[in-house]
Amino acid sequence: MKVKLALAQINTKLGVVESNLEKHLDYIQRAKNEGADLVIFPELSLTGYVLQDLVPTVAHRATADDPVFKELLATSRDIDIVVGFAEEDVRNRFYISSAYLSLGKVAHVHRKVYLPTYGLFDEGRFFAWGDSVEAFDTRFGRAGILICEDFWHTSSPYLLWMDGADLFLFTSASPGRGLTSAPELSTAHWVESINQAYASIFTSFVIHSNRVGFEDGLHFWGGSTVFDPNGELLAKAPLDDEALTYCEIDLNQLHRTRARLPLLRDERTALVQRELMRILKRDDSRSGR
Amino acid sequence: MNGLDINTDLARSILTGFIRSETTRSGFQKAVIGVSGGVDSAMSCFLAAEALGPENVLAVRMPYKTSSQDSLDHAQLVIDATGVQSVTIPITDMADGLINQFPDMAKLRMGNIMARCRMIVLYDQSSAFGGLVIGTSNKTEILLGYSTQFGDAASAFNPIGDLYKTQLRQLAHAMGVPQVIIDKAPTADLWIGQTDEGELGFTYAEVDKLLYLMVDERYTPDECVEAGYDRKFVETVVKRIQRYHYKRVMPPIAKLGNRTIGYDFLYLRDWGT
Repeated sequence: MKVKLALAQINTKLGVVESNLEKHLDYIQRAKNEGADLVIFPELSLTGYVLQDLVPTVAHRATADDPVFKELLATSRDIDIVVGFAEEDVRNRFYISSAYLSLGKVAHVHRKVYLPTYGLFDEGRFFAWGDSVEAFDTRFGRAGILICEDFWHTSSPYLLWMDGADLFLFTSASPGRGLTSAPELSTAHWVESINQAYASIFTSFVIHSNRVGFEDGLHFWGGSTVFDPNGELLAKAPLDDEALTYCEIDLNQLHRTRARLPLLRDERTALVQRELMRILKRDDSRSGR
Repeated sequence: MNGLDINTDLARSILTGFIRSETTRSGFQKAVIGVSGGVDSAMSCFLAAEALGPENVLAVRMPYKTSSQDSLDHAQLVIDATGVQSVTIPITDMADGLINQFPDMAKLRMGNIMARCRMIVLYDQSSAFGGLVIGTSNKTEILLGYSTQFGDAASAFNPIGDLYKTQLRQLAHAMGVPQVIIDKAPTADLWIGQTDEGELGFTYAEVDKLLYLMVDERYTPDECVEAGYDRKFVETVVKRIQRYHYKRVMPPIAKLGNRTIGYDFLYLRDWGT
Protein backbone atom coordinates (compact mmCIF):
# COMPACT_ATOMS: atom_id res chain seq x y z
CA MET A 1 0.00 0.00 0.00
CA LYS A 2 1.26 3.44 -0.92
CA VAL A 3 0.56 6.55 1.11
CA LYS A 4 1.15 10.06 -0.11
CA LEU A 5 2.37 12.29 2.73
CA ALA A 6 2.38 16.08 2.74
CA LEU A 7 4.71 17.83 5.18
CA ALA A 8 3.16 21.23 5.88
CA GLN A 9 6.20 23.20 6.98
CA ILE A 10 4.58 26.50 7.89
CA ASN A 11 5.33 29.73 9.68
CA THR A 12 2.70 30.79 12.21
CA LYS A 13 1.38 34.05 13.58
CA LEU A 14 2.08 34.15 17.30
CA GLY A 15 -1.18 33.77 19.20
CA VAL A 16 -3.46 34.50 16.23
CA VAL A 17 -5.35 31.22 15.84
CA GLU A 18 -7.83 32.44 13.17
CA SER A 19 -5.06 33.49 10.86
CA ASN A 20 -3.14 30.24 11.41
CA LEU A 21 -6.32 28.23 10.85
CA GLU A 22 -6.77 29.96 7.52
CA LYS A 23 -3.26 28.91 6.50
CA HIS A 24 -3.99 25.33 7.61
CA LEU A 25 -7.12 25.20 5.46
CA ASP A 26 -5.18 26.56 2.51
CA TYR A 27 -2.38 23.98 2.87
CA ILE A 28 -4.90 21.20 3.40
CA GLN A 29 -6.74 22.17 0.22
CA ARG A 30 -3.50 22.24 -1.74
CA ALA A 31 -2.53 18.83 -0.36
CA LYS A 32 -5.93 17.45 -1.33
CA ASN A 33 -5.55 18.82 -4.85
CA GLU A 34 -2.27 16.92 -5.13
CA GLY A 35 -3.95 13.72 -3.96
CA ALA A 36 -2.18 13.54 -0.59
CA ASP A 37 -3.53 11.09 2.01
CA LEU A 38 -2.07 12.63 5.14
CA VAL A 39 -0.92 16.18 5.85
CA ILE A 40 1.27 16.81 8.91
CA PHE A 41 1.57 20.22 10.56
CA PRO A 42 4.29 21.09 13.10
CA GLU A 43 4.10 21.51 16.87
CA LEU A 44 1.70 24.25 18.03
CA SER A 45 0.90 24.96 14.39
CA LEU A 46 -2.36 26.72 15.25
CA THR A 47 -0.83 29.07 17.81
CA GLY A 48 2.90 29.66 17.43
CA TYR A 49 5.48 28.48 19.94
CA VAL A 50 6.67 30.98 22.59
CA LEU A 51 3.17 31.63 23.89
CA GLN A 52 3.98 32.38 27.53
CA ASP A 53 0.98 34.20 29.02
CA LEU A 54 -0.97 33.81 25.79
CA VAL A 55 -1.52 30.09 26.49
CA PRO A 56 -4.93 30.39 28.21
CA THR A 57 -6.22 32.72 25.52
CA VAL A 58 -5.32 30.52 22.53
CA ALA A 59 -6.14 27.05 23.91
CA HIS A 60 -8.80 24.88 22.28
CA ARG A 61 -10.35 21.44 22.68
CA ALA A 62 -10.26 18.87 19.91
CA THR A 63 -14.02 18.42 19.81
CA ALA A 64 -16.64 18.73 17.09
CA ASP A 65 -18.22 21.77 18.75
CA ASP A 66 -14.97 23.73 19.01
CA PRO A 67 -15.06 26.48 16.35
CA VAL A 68 -11.51 25.77 15.15
CA PHE A 69 -11.74 21.97 15.17
CA LYS A 70 -15.16 22.07 13.58
CA GLU A 71 -13.59 23.49 10.44
CA LEU A 72 -10.59 21.17 10.52
CA LEU A 73 -12.80 18.12 11.09
CA ALA A 74 -15.02 19.10 8.18
CA THR A 75 -12.03 19.17 5.87
CA SER A 76 -10.63 15.88 7.24
CA ARG A 77 -13.31 13.78 5.50
CA ASP A 78 -11.07 13.14 2.52
CA ILE A 79 -7.59 13.72 3.91
CA ASP A 80 -6.06 12.82 7.27
CA ILE A 81 -4.56 15.71 9.25
CA VAL A 82 -2.07 16.04 12.08
CA VAL A 83 -2.42 19.46 13.67
CA GLY A 84 -0.60 21.07 16.60
CA PHE A 85 -2.44 23.15 19.18
CA ALA A 86 -2.55 24.38 22.75
CA GLU A 87 -5.13 22.18 24.47
CA GLU A 88 -7.21 23.00 27.51
CA ASP A 89 -8.66 19.95 29.27
CA VAL A 90 -11.96 19.82 31.11
CA ARG A 91 -10.25 20.79 34.36
CA ASN A 92 -8.47 23.74 32.72
CA ARG A 93 -4.99 22.33 32.45
CA PHE A 94 -3.09 23.33 29.33
CA TYR A 95 -1.09 20.96 27.15
CA ILE A 96 1.04 21.10 24.05
CA SER A 97 -0.95 18.67 21.91
CA SER A 98 -1.20 17.23 18.43
CA ALA A 99 -4.44 15.77 17.12
CA TYR A 100 -4.89 13.18 14.37
CA LEU A 101 -8.06 13.92 12.42
CA SER A 102 -9.54 11.43 9.98
CA LEU A 103 -12.91 10.88 8.27
CA GLY A 104 -14.40 13.84 10.14
CA LYS A 105 -13.39 12.49 13.56
CA VAL A 106 -10.67 13.01 16.13
CA ALA A 107 -8.80 9.71 15.96
CA HIS A 108 -6.19 10.55 18.60
CA VAL A 109 -4.74 13.36 20.67
CA HIS A 110 -1.18 13.19 21.95
CA ARG A 111 -0.21 15.49 24.82
CA LYS A 112 3.50 16.29 24.97
CA VAL A 113 5.00 14.25 27.80
CA TYR A 114 8.43 15.92 28.01
CA LEU A 115 8.33 19.68 28.45
CA PRO A 116 11.82 21.16 28.12
CA THR A 117 12.34 23.73 30.87
CA TYR A 118 15.98 24.61 30.58
CA GLY A 119 18.22 26.78 28.42
CA LEU A 120 16.03 28.80 26.11
CA PHE A 121 12.98 26.62 26.90
CA ASP A 122 10.34 27.39 29.50
CA GLU A 123 7.50 25.01 28.64
CA GLY A 124 7.05 23.54 32.12
CA ARG A 125 6.18 26.98 33.43
CA PHE A 126 3.19 27.34 31.13
CA PHE A 127 2.01 23.80 30.32
CA ALA A 128 0.96 20.59 32.05
CA TRP A 129 2.75 17.32 31.34
CA GLY A 130 0.95 14.77 29.19
CA ASP A 131 0.62 11.32 30.78
CA SER A 132 0.61 8.79 28.00
CA VAL A 133 2.45 7.57 24.94
CA GLU A 134 0.01 5.53 22.88
CA ALA A 135 -0.15 4.26 19.33
CA PHE A 136 -3.44 4.40 17.44
CA ASP A 137 -4.98 2.92 14.31
CA THR A 138 -5.26 4.86 11.07
CA ARG A 139 -6.38 4.07 7.52
CA PHE A 140 -2.72 3.37 6.80
CA GLY A 141 -1.85 1.14 9.72
CA ARG A 142 -0.87 1.91 13.26
CA ALA A 143 0.81 5.22 14.02
CA GLY A 144 2.09 7.24 16.94
CA ILE A 145 2.67 10.94 17.52
CA LEU A 146 5.53 12.51 19.48
CA ILE A 147 6.19 16.21 19.91
CA CYS A 148 9.76 17.54 19.78
CA GLU A 149 11.35 16.92 23.20
CA ASP A 150 9.31 13.70 23.47
CA PHE A 151 11.53 12.07 20.88
CA TRP A 152 14.73 13.13 22.59
CA HIS A 153 13.86 10.44 25.14
CA THR A 154 14.35 7.03 23.54
CA SER A 155 11.68 5.52 25.76
CA SER A 156 8.94 7.45 23.92
CA PRO A 157 9.44 5.99 20.42
CA TYR A 158 10.25 2.65 22.04
CA LEU A 159 6.85 2.63 23.73
CA LEU A 160 5.14 3.52 20.46
CA TRP A 161 7.03 0.72 18.74
CA MET A 162 5.92 -1.76 21.35
CA ASP A 163 2.37 -0.43 21.08
CA GLY A 164 2.35 -1.32 17.38
CA ALA A 165 3.24 1.91 15.62
CA ASP A 166 4.85 1.54 12.20
CA LEU A 167 4.43 5.20 11.31
CA PHE A 168 6.15 7.61 13.67
CA LEU A 169 4.71 11.09 13.25
CA PHE A 170 7.04 13.62 14.87
CA THR A 171 6.26 17.32 15.09
CA SER A 172 8.50 20.18 16.23
CA ALA A 173 8.90 23.89 16.65
CA SER A 174 12.64 23.64 16.93
CA PRO A 175 14.54 26.87 17.57
CA GLY A 176 17.78 26.78 15.57
CA ARG A 177 21.05 27.10 17.47
CA GLY A 178 24.66 26.12 17.19
CA LEU A 179 26.16 28.18 14.38
CA THR A 180 29.48 26.54 13.51
CA SER A 181 31.50 26.20 10.35
CA ALA A 182 29.14 23.40 9.21
CA PRO A 183 26.57 24.11 6.49
CA GLU A 184 23.63 23.45 8.85
CA LEU A 185 22.95 24.52 12.42
CA SER A 186 23.80 21.96 15.11
CA THR A 187 20.10 21.53 15.88
CA ALA A 188 19.32 20.55 12.30
CA HIS A 189 22.13 18.01 12.38
CA TRP A 190 21.09 16.55 15.75
CA VAL A 191 17.41 16.23 14.89
CA GLU A 192 18.04 14.66 11.50
CA SER A 193 20.52 12.17 12.98
CA ILE A 194 18.14 10.89 15.62
CA ASN A 195 15.25 10.67 13.18
CA GLN A 196 17.41 8.56 10.93
CA ALA A 197 18.58 6.46 13.87
CA TYR A 198 15.01 5.77 15.01
CA ALA A 199 13.94 4.79 11.50
CA SER A 200 16.84 2.31 11.39
CA ILE A 201 16.58 0.78 14.85
CA PHE A 202 12.78 0.63 14.92
CA THR A 203 12.65 -0.38 11.24
CA SER A 204 9.76 2.03 10.80
CA PHE A 205 8.81 5.16 8.91
CA VAL A 206 9.85 8.30 10.75
CA ILE A 207 8.13 11.45 9.54
CA HIS A 208 9.16 14.80 11.01
CA SER A 209 7.35 18.09 10.43
CA ASN A 210 9.17 21.18 11.73
CA ARG A 211 8.14 24.80 11.46
CA VAL A 212 9.88 27.86 10.04
CA GLY A 213 9.86 31.57 10.82
CA PHE A 214 10.96 33.82 13.65
CA GLU A 215 9.60 34.65 17.09
CA ASP A 216 11.57 37.54 18.56
CA GLY A 217 15.16 36.41 18.01
CA LEU A 218 14.35 32.68 17.79
CA HIS A 219 14.63 31.17 14.35
CA PHE A 220 12.83 27.94 13.39
CA TRP A 221 14.73 26.08 10.73
CA GLY A 222 12.32 23.74 8.96
CA GLY A 223 14.10 20.92 7.12
CA SER A 224 11.24 18.44 7.67
CA THR A 225 12.13 14.88 6.69
CA VAL A 226 10.82 11.41 5.91
CA PHE A 227 12.99 8.35 6.61
CA ASP A 228 12.05 4.83 5.55
CA PRO A 229 12.51 1.63 7.63
CA ASN A 230 16.03 1.24 6.20
CA GLY A 231 16.96 4.66 7.54
CA GLU A 232 17.03 6.07 4.01
CA LEU A 233 16.09 9.69 3.56
CA LEU A 234 13.05 9.80 1.25
CA ALA A 235 12.27 13.50 1.36
CA LYS A 236 13.58 16.66 2.89
CA ALA A 237 11.86 20.03 2.95
CA PRO A 238 13.94 23.17 2.45
CA LEU A 239 15.61 24.90 5.37
CA ASP A 240 13.98 28.10 6.64
CA ASP A 241 11.27 28.42 3.98
CA GLU A 242 7.61 27.53 4.12
CA ALA A 243 6.90 24.48 1.98
CA LEU A 244 4.40 21.74 1.32
CA THR A 245 6.63 18.76 0.64
CA TYR A 246 5.15 15.55 -0.75
CA CYS A 247 6.51 12.08 -0.23
CA GLU A 248 5.01 8.81 -1.31
CA ILE A 249 5.84 5.96 1.03
CA ASP A 250 5.42 2.28 0.25
CA LEU A 251 4.17 0.49 3.37
CA ASN A 252 5.41 -2.83 1.93
CA GLN A 253 8.90 -1.60 2.76
CA LEU A 254 8.11 -2.58 6.36
CA HIS A 255 7.79 -6.21 5.20
CA ARG A 256 10.99 -6.10 3.18
CA THR A 257 13.11 -4.41 5.84
CA ARG A 258 11.84 -6.54 8.71
CA ALA A 259 12.39 -9.71 6.69
CA ARG A 260 16.02 -8.67 6.40
CA LEU A 261 16.36 -7.23 9.88
CA PRO A 262 13.96 -8.78 12.45
CA LEU A 263 14.73 -6.36 15.29
CA LEU A 264 11.09 -6.07 16.23
CA ARG A 265 10.66 -9.88 16.31
CA ASP A 266 13.70 -10.26 18.55
CA GLU A 267 12.93 -7.41 20.94
CA ARG A 268 12.86 -8.87 24.47
CA THR A 269 10.16 -6.83 26.16
CA ALA A 270 9.90 -9.08 29.22
CA LEU A 271 13.62 -8.71 29.77
CA VAL A 272 13.27 -4.92 29.54
CA GLN A 273 10.44 -5.00 32.04
CA ARG A 274 12.34 -7.27 34.45
CA GLU A 275 15.45 -5.16 34.32
CA LEU A 276 13.54 -1.89 34.67
CA MET A 277 11.70 -3.24 37.70
CA ARG A 278 14.98 -4.34 39.24
CA ILE A 279 16.66 -1.02 38.50
CA LEU A 280 13.76 1.06 39.79
CA LYS A 281 13.59 -0.96 43.00
CA ARG A 282 17.17 -0.15 43.88
CA ASP A 283 17.38 2.22 46.84
CA ASP A 284 20.07 4.30 45.21
CA SER A 285 18.18 4.78 41.96
CA ARG A 286 15.29 7.17 42.21
CA SER A 287 15.99 9.39 39.25
CA GLY A 288 13.24 10.67 37.02
CA ARG A 289 9.53 10.66 37.50
CA MET B 1 38.01 22.90 14.80
CA ASN B 2 37.97 26.46 16.11
CA GLY B 3 34.63 27.02 17.84
CA LEU B 4 34.59 30.61 16.64
CA ASP B 5 34.58 29.61 12.98
CA ILE B 6 31.15 30.16 11.46
CA ASN B 7 29.42 29.23 8.26
CA THR B 8 28.92 32.72 6.89
CA ASP B 9 26.30 31.75 4.29
CA LEU B 10 24.11 30.31 7.01
CA ALA B 11 24.60 33.31 9.30
CA ARG B 12 23.82 35.66 6.44
CA SER B 13 20.61 33.90 5.52
CA ILE B 14 19.35 33.67 9.13
CA LEU B 15 20.21 37.27 9.96
CA THR B 16 18.66 38.79 6.82
CA GLY B 17 15.57 36.66 7.51
CA PHE B 18 15.50 37.99 11.07
CA ILE B 19 15.75 41.61 9.90
CA ARG B 20 12.94 41.11 7.38
CA SER B 21 10.76 39.39 9.95
CA GLU B 22 11.27 41.89 12.76
CA THR B 23 10.82 44.87 10.46
CA THR B 24 7.79 43.84 8.46
CA ARG B 25 5.85 42.13 11.25
CA SER B 26 5.68 45.41 13.15
CA GLY B 27 4.36 47.16 10.05
CA PHE B 28 7.60 48.70 8.81
CA GLN B 29 9.55 48.33 5.58
CA LYS B 30 12.53 50.49 6.45
CA ALA B 31 15.45 50.73 8.81
CA VAL B 32 17.74 53.42 10.22
CA ILE B 33 21.34 52.67 11.18
CA GLY B 34 24.01 54.80 12.72
CA VAL B 35 27.04 54.11 10.55
CA SER B 36 30.29 54.98 12.32
CA GLY B 37 32.86 53.68 9.88
CA GLY B 38 33.52 50.65 12.08
CA VAL B 39 32.95 47.02 11.19
CA ASP B 40 29.94 46.48 13.48
CA SER B 41 27.71 49.16 12.01
CA ALA B 42 29.02 48.28 8.54
CA MET B 43 27.84 44.71 9.14
CA SER B 44 24.37 45.78 10.30
CA CYS B 45 24.13 48.08 7.28
CA PHE B 46 25.17 45.38 4.79
CA LEU B 47 22.69 42.92 6.31
CA ALA B 48 19.85 45.46 6.38
CA ALA B 49 20.51 46.53 2.79
CA GLU B 50 20.35 42.91 1.66
CA ALA B 51 17.27 42.15 3.76
CA LEU B 52 15.17 45.22 2.99
CA GLY B 53 16.70 46.65 -0.18
CA PRO B 54 19.18 49.54 -0.05
CA GLU B 55 16.49 52.12 -0.84
CA ASN B 56 14.78 51.18 2.42
CA VAL B 57 17.82 51.71 4.62
CA LEU B 58 18.99 55.07 5.91
CA ALA B 59 22.60 55.24 7.06
CA VAL B 60 23.19 58.14 9.41
CA ARG B 61 26.65 59.61 9.93
CA MET B 62 26.87 61.58 13.16
CA PRO B 63 30.28 63.19 13.58
CA TYR B 64 31.34 65.19 16.62
CA LYS B 65 33.98 67.87 16.14
CA THR B 66 36.74 65.55 17.38
CA SER B 67 35.63 62.58 15.29
CA SER B 68 38.35 61.41 12.93
CA GLN B 69 38.08 61.97 9.20
CA ASP B 70 38.74 58.23 8.78
CA SER B 71 35.48 57.44 10.54
CA LEU B 72 33.51 59.64 8.16
CA ASP B 73 35.34 58.32 5.11
CA HIS B 74 34.90 54.70 6.11
CA ALA B 75 31.20 55.28 6.78
CA GLN B 76 30.98 56.70 3.26
CA LEU B 77 32.64 53.53 1.92
CA VAL B 78 29.84 51.51 3.54
CA ILE B 79 27.18 53.79 2.08
CA ASP B 80 28.71 53.56 -1.39
CA ALA B 81 29.22 49.81 -1.24
CA THR B 82 25.65 49.07 -0.13
CA GLY B 83 23.88 51.82 -2.08
CA VAL B 84 21.76 52.75 0.95
CA GLN B 85 20.34 56.21 1.49
CA SER B 86 22.37 58.44 3.76
CA VAL B 87 22.37 61.61 5.75
CA THR B 88 25.06 63.33 7.82
CA ILE B 89 23.90 65.00 11.01
CA PRO B 90 26.70 66.47 13.14
CA ILE B 91 26.10 66.21 16.89
CA THR B 92 28.63 68.86 17.95
CA ASP B 93 26.10 71.59 18.72
CA MET B 94 23.69 69.39 20.65
CA ALA B 95 26.46 67.63 22.60
CA ASP B 96 28.36 70.82 23.36
CA GLY B 97 25.17 72.44 24.59
CA LEU B 98 25.46 70.16 27.61
CA ILE B 99 29.22 69.61 27.71
CA ASN B 100 30.02 73.36 27.81
CA GLN B 101 27.97 73.79 30.96
CA PHE B 102 30.49 71.63 32.83
CA PRO B 103 34.01 72.85 32.05
CA ASP B 104 35.82 70.04 33.92
CA MET B 105 33.83 67.20 32.44
CA ALA B 106 35.75 63.90 32.28
CA LYS B 107 36.13 62.41 28.82
CA LEU B 108 34.16 59.27 29.67
CA ARG B 109 31.22 61.46 30.63
CA MET B 110 31.59 63.40 27.39
CA GLY B 111 31.74 60.15 25.47
CA ASN B 112 28.48 59.00 27.04
CA ILE B 113 26.81 62.28 26.08
CA MET B 114 27.93 61.81 22.47
CA ALA B 115 26.64 58.25 22.38
CA ARG B 116 23.28 59.37 23.77
CA CYS B 117 23.07 62.32 21.36
CA ARG B 118 23.50 59.85 18.53
CA MET B 119 20.70 57.76 19.98
CA ILE B 120 18.44 60.84 19.95
CA VAL B 121 19.35 61.58 16.35
CA LEU B 122 18.70 57.97 15.28
CA TYR B 123 15.32 57.78 16.97
CA ASP B 124 14.40 61.14 15.47
CA GLN B 125 15.40 59.86 12.03
CA SER B 126 13.45 56.70 12.77
CA SER B 127 10.36 58.84 13.01
CA ALA B 128 11.22 61.06 10.03
CA PHE B 129 12.25 58.19 7.72
CA GLY B 130 9.66 55.74 9.02
CA GLY B 131 12.15 52.99 9.82
CA LEU B 132 13.23 50.97 12.84
CA VAL B 133 16.62 51.58 14.46
CA ILE B 134 18.82 48.53 13.92
CA GLY B 135 21.38 47.73 16.59
CA THR B 136 25.10 47.59 15.98
CA SER B 137 26.45 45.96 19.16
CA ASN B 138 28.33 42.68 18.89
CA LYS B 139 28.35 39.85 21.45
CA THR B 140 31.83 40.67 22.74
CA GLU B 141 31.06 44.26 23.64
CA ILE B 142 27.63 43.38 25.04
CA LEU B 143 29.21 40.79 27.35
CA LEU B 144 32.03 43.11 28.38
CA GLY B 145 29.63 46.01 28.88
CA TYR B 146 31.70 48.10 26.52
CA SER B 147 28.88 50.40 25.47
CA THR B 148 26.82 53.35 26.67
CA GLN B 149 23.51 52.37 28.19
CA PHE B 150 20.65 54.03 26.26
CA GLY B 151 23.30 55.27 23.84
CA ASP B 152 24.91 53.04 21.22
CA ALA B 153 23.27 50.07 22.98
CA ALA B 154 19.78 51.37 22.12
CA SER B 155 17.93 49.81 19.19
CA ALA B 156 14.65 48.28 18.07
CA PHE B 157 16.39 44.98 17.41
CA ASN B 158 19.90 43.75 16.92
CA PRO B 159 20.94 41.29 14.21
CA ILE B 160 24.62 41.03 15.22
CA GLY B 161 24.42 40.71 19.02
CA ASP B 162 25.10 36.96 19.02
CA LEU B 163 28.28 37.25 16.95
CA TYR B 164 31.62 37.71 18.66
CA LYS B 165 33.84 40.33 17.08
CA THR B 166 35.99 37.57 15.57
CA GLN B 167 32.93 35.92 14.01
CA LEU B 168 31.56 39.23 12.85
CA ARG B 169 34.78 39.89 10.98
CA GLN B 170 34.37 36.56 9.16
CA LEU B 171 30.85 37.51 8.11
CA ALA B 172 31.96 41.03 7.16
CA HIS B 173 34.66 39.57 4.95
CA ALA B 174 32.21 37.17 3.29
CA MET B 175 29.68 39.91 2.61
CA GLY B 176 32.19 42.27 1.05
CA VAL B 177 32.61 44.89 3.76
CA PRO B 178 35.66 46.93 2.62
CA GLN B 179 38.83 45.33 3.94
CA VAL B 180 40.16 48.59 5.39
CA ILE B 181 37.16 48.66 7.74
CA ILE B 182 37.63 45.03 8.80
CA ASP B 183 41.34 45.50 9.42
CA LYS B 184 41.39 48.79 11.30
CA ALA B 185 41.70 49.00 15.07
CA PRO B 186 38.17 49.07 16.57
CA THR B 187 37.38 52.38 18.24
CA ALA B 188 34.38 54.17 19.71
CA ASP B 189 36.07 57.35 18.42
CA LEU B 190 34.72 59.31 21.38
CA TRP B 191 38.08 60.99 21.88
CA ILE B 192 41.25 61.23 19.84
CA GLY B 193 43.42 58.14 19.95
CA GLN B 194 40.83 55.97 21.73
CA THR B 195 40.84 52.29 20.75
CA ASP B 196 38.70 49.48 22.18
CA GLU B 197 41.64 47.20 22.71
CA GLY B 198 43.70 49.98 24.32
CA GLU B 199 40.92 50.73 26.77
CA LEU B 200 39.99 47.13 27.51
CA GLY B 201 43.60 46.04 27.93
CA PHE B 202 43.34 42.94 25.72
CA THR B 203 42.61 42.11 22.10
CA TYR B 204 39.29 40.90 20.69
CA ALA B 205 41.03 37.85 19.30
CA GLU B 206 42.16 36.86 22.82
CA VAL B 207 39.00 37.69 24.70
CA ASP B 208 36.68 36.11 22.13
CA LYS B 209 38.33 32.73 22.61
CA LEU B 210 37.97 33.06 26.36
CA LEU B 211 34.36 34.28 26.17
CA TYR B 212 33.52 31.40 23.86
CA LEU B 213 34.81 28.92 26.46
CA MET B 214 33.11 30.64 29.40
CA VAL B 215 29.80 31.54 27.84
CA ASP B 216 29.17 29.09 25.01
CA GLU B 217 31.03 26.08 26.36
CA ARG B 218 30.17 26.81 30.03
CA TYR B 219 33.74 26.49 31.33
CA THR B 220 34.21 27.66 34.93
CA PRO B 221 36.89 30.34 35.51
CA ASP B 222 39.17 27.63 36.98
CA GLU B 223 38.70 25.47 33.90
CA CYS B 224 39.62 28.45 31.73
CA VAL B 225 42.85 28.82 33.69
CA GLU B 226 43.52 25.10 33.28
CA ALA B 227 42.92 25.56 29.56
CA GLY B 228 45.85 27.96 29.51
CA TYR B 229 44.44 31.43 30.17
CA ASP B 230 46.11 33.81 32.59
CA ARG B 231 44.18 33.91 35.88
CA LYS B 232 44.20 37.68 36.07
CA PHE B 233 42.83 37.97 32.56
CA VAL B 234 40.09 35.46 33.36
CA GLU B 235 39.17 37.32 36.56
CA THR B 236 39.06 40.68 34.77
CA VAL B 237 36.70 39.32 32.17
CA VAL B 238 34.47 37.55 34.72
CA LYS B 239 34.23 40.77 36.73
CA ARG B 240 33.37 42.84 33.68
CA ILE B 241 30.62 40.43 32.63
CA GLN B 242 29.03 40.61 36.09
CA ARG B 243 29.56 44.29 36.70
CA TYR B 244 27.93 45.37 33.47
CA HIS B 245 25.04 42.94 33.47
CA TYR B 246 22.74 45.87 34.31
CA LYS B 247 23.27 47.16 30.80
CA ARG B 248 21.89 43.94 29.34
CA VAL B 249 18.57 43.82 31.19
CA MET B 250 15.55 46.05 31.49
CA PRO B 251 15.48 48.18 34.69
CA PRO B 252 13.80 46.09 37.41
CA ILE B 253 10.34 47.16 38.51
CA ALA B 254 9.40 46.91 42.20
CA LYS B 255 6.73 44.26 42.52
CA LEU B 256 3.51 45.26 44.26
CA GLY B 257 0.58 43.73 42.38
CA ASN B 258 -0.36 40.21 41.38
CA ARG B 259 0.91 40.73 37.88
CA THR B 260 4.00 42.80 37.31
CA ILE B 261 5.71 43.68 34.08
CA GLY B 262 8.94 41.75 33.84
CA TYR B 263 8.01 38.99 36.35
CA ASP B 264 4.63 37.50 35.59
CA PHE B 265 3.37 39.49 32.65
CA LEU B 266 5.22 37.49 30.04
CA TYR B 267 4.87 38.02 26.33
CA LEU B 268 7.37 38.09 23.50
CA ARG B 269 7.98 41.42 21.87
CA ASP B 270 6.48 39.88 18.74
CA TRP B 271 3.14 39.57 20.54
CA GLY B 272 0.35 40.77 18.25
CA THR B 273 2.53 41.10 15.17
